Amino acid sequence: MRILLDKFSKSFGTTSVIEDMNLEVGSGEMLALLGPSGCGKSTTLFAICGIHRPTAGRILFGDRDVTNLPSQERNVGVVFQSYALYPHMTVEENIGFPLTVRRVAASDIKKQVAGIAALVHIDNLLDRKPSQLSGGQQQRVALARALIRRPDVLLLDEPLANLDAKLRLEMRSEIRRLQKETGITAILVTHDQVEAMSMCDRIAIMKSGEIVQVATPSQMYQDPRTAFVAGFLGNPPISFLKGKAAHGAFVSTDGKLQMTLPALSGIADGTALTLGIRPEHFGTAGNVPVEGKVTFAETQGRENLYDVVLPDGSVIRSIQPVRDDVTLGDQVRWGIDSKSAFVFAEDGTRL
Amino acid sequence: MSEKSKASANFSSIPVIALLGLLSLPLVVMYAYLILDTVTNSEPGSLVPNEFTLEHWKFLWETRSGKSSIWLVTLNTFIFTCCITGVILLVSSMAGYVLSRLNVPARGFFLAGVMVLHAFPSVTLIISIFIVLQYIGLYNSLIGVILVKAAIDMPLGIWLMKGFYDTVPWEIEMAGIVDGASRFTVWRRLVLPQIKPAIMALGLFSFLTGWSEFILPQVLAPGSQVQVLSVYLASLIADDNNFDFATFKAVGVFYVIPVLILYVFFQKHLMNIYGGGTKG
Ligand SMILES: Nc1ncnc2c1ncn2[C@@H]1O[C@H](COP(=O)(O)OP(=O)(O)OP(=O)(O)O)[C@@H](O)[C@H]1O
Ligand SMILES: [Mg+2]
Repeated sequence: MRILLDKFSKSFGTTSVIEDMNLEVGSGEMLALLGPSGCGKSTTLFAICGIHRPTAGRILFGDRDVTNLPSQERNVGVVFQSYALYPHMTVEENIGFPLTVRRVAASDIKKQVAGIAALVHIDNLLDRKPSQLSGGQQQRVALARALIRRPDVLLLDEPLANLDAKLRLEMRSEIRRLQKETGITAILVTHDQVEAMSMCDRIAIMKSGEIVQVATPSQMYQDPRTAFVAGFLGNPPISFLKGKAAHGAFVSTDGKLQMTLPALSGIADGTALTLGIRPEHFGTAGNVPVEGKVTFAETQGRENLYDVVLPDGSVIRSIQPVRDDVTLGDQVRWGIDSKSAFVFAEDGTRL
Repeated sequence: MSEKSKASANFSSIPVIALLGLLSLPLVVMYAYLILDTVTNSEPGSLVPNEFTLEHWKFLWETRSGKSSIWLVTLNTFIFTCCITGVILLVSSMAGYVLSRLNVPARGFFLAGVMVLHAFPSVTLIISIFIVLQYIGLYNSLIGVILVKAAIDMPLGIWLMKGFYDTVPWEIEMAGIVDGASRFTVWRRLVLPQIKPAIMALGLFSFLTGWSEFILPQVLAPGSQVQVLSVYLASLIADDNNFDFATFKAVGVFYVIPVLILYVFFQKHLMNIYGGGTKG
């Protein structure tokens, strides 16, 4: 079912958290809501599931306006960041609770709980209390509870935040598999860009209550609209260089680096600019040479990571296939791939 | 008592136990004599009983002239205490939830007001309460005194419950709401079980204070049909004509028995009061 936020605003008392947000999530799509802490991700989620009433604007499920519908009538499944399992109930009662309050027959509940528990691989834990489960198991219980009444919409608020790396990887694909299998429209809130990129069809990046860009992961990565988006996606992160425009080229503050960029053709000389270079676009293959000193070197097994300090003090990160000829303190002369560099105006918009 | 801590290896507990035992010996002796005296007679001036008798317990099967039957009084006391406990539990558990979770206008004022009410010693109010009860026709009735006692004890209960509700995580309620439960169902099925230890504690506490309440029933419900045990007990020594100290003691023991039984049964819950709450 399609979800549409239309000029959605939310404020708590006098503090306005979200203003005029427009967002559409297609039917059966999984969208990641990505952004720094406190930008309003959970608030958006709570408005969609009906816990918070929007201050202004509309929320539509399909063509139905649910803005003023209480949570109970929205049929939304939510997995809370802290799981919010009911501590006094067994796993079976927890998962069955949404059906119990709907007065489904007990034998029916038992059958459905067994089915959904098998789907998330916790069918051997049904008699335990939540406190007797590991974090990953609790998370699956929360997921099963959200899924059992076949919700139209599934909302996940940082569901993987408390898991260890291996389990997180496992659950990532498991959630994605379940979402695809059931065809539910889902929104995943996360801090973790890798999670967002690997699990979701599209990503919406938020910054202080606004959606900056909505795009598919690869689009977002290759074509960021602002410096904030470019800085948010990518690991290791993008590096930024300060400079000015001069004759259709980017010139670093000390004038040593000059790079002609088609994006700068109409820009007045002297305009302050920021150049963004992803680590994989700075290395031996680049076409614009830069000289600097290696101040940080780290191997990640398959690749090596270097920080190169330019004479003017700015730092560019580089990621390259493993090599052992460069060590800390070496003077290097590597190149920037000018076709892949992003240039941003002073206010952060991409040119 | 399964988790009684093991005696520490480098610290002998015997001297402590001996000292405590010695200090509490007078109490033990007094309790022993209290019970012993109710079933024996002794020579005047002697401490050693010389005959076994059940005559002091005669009040159980014989109603003395001018007195009400002990069983009626006991029944009254049970009704009085249970109603108080019920009313306090019901109102406090709901009012505490409302004050903790819902958007109540003037919540701070209300909470402060409730506290001030609690600070009033009930004796200072007794004349006005008497007049009010007289006026609405509830003087000398169990209902009247139950309402008064419950109202006086309620502020503490409300505050206690509010404090416990404050510790229940919001997410549990949110989860319940999106799972399709009504607010009332959420309260009853999800939140109330989280504060069960507090309910137990408050219930026990209310029962004990209700059971031992004397001044309110004495003033507001002195009639023989609505007498409670504490008033009955007091009437025994107020009666100068046939002063019977041994019967007084026997009634006293009879009066304490339910409390002792309660302690035996609920000791575990009393111990657990601080061990409950939500974990993990
Ligand atoms: N009930 C509330 N009253 C007042 N302000 C609130 C309330 N709830 C949230 N806020 C504010 O709204 C902003 C957004 O909060 P929200 O919980 O949506 O952030 P978030 O993006 O989910 O952050 P995180 O990633 O840390 O969970 C924050 O600045 C927060 O202080
Ligand atoms: Mg959040």
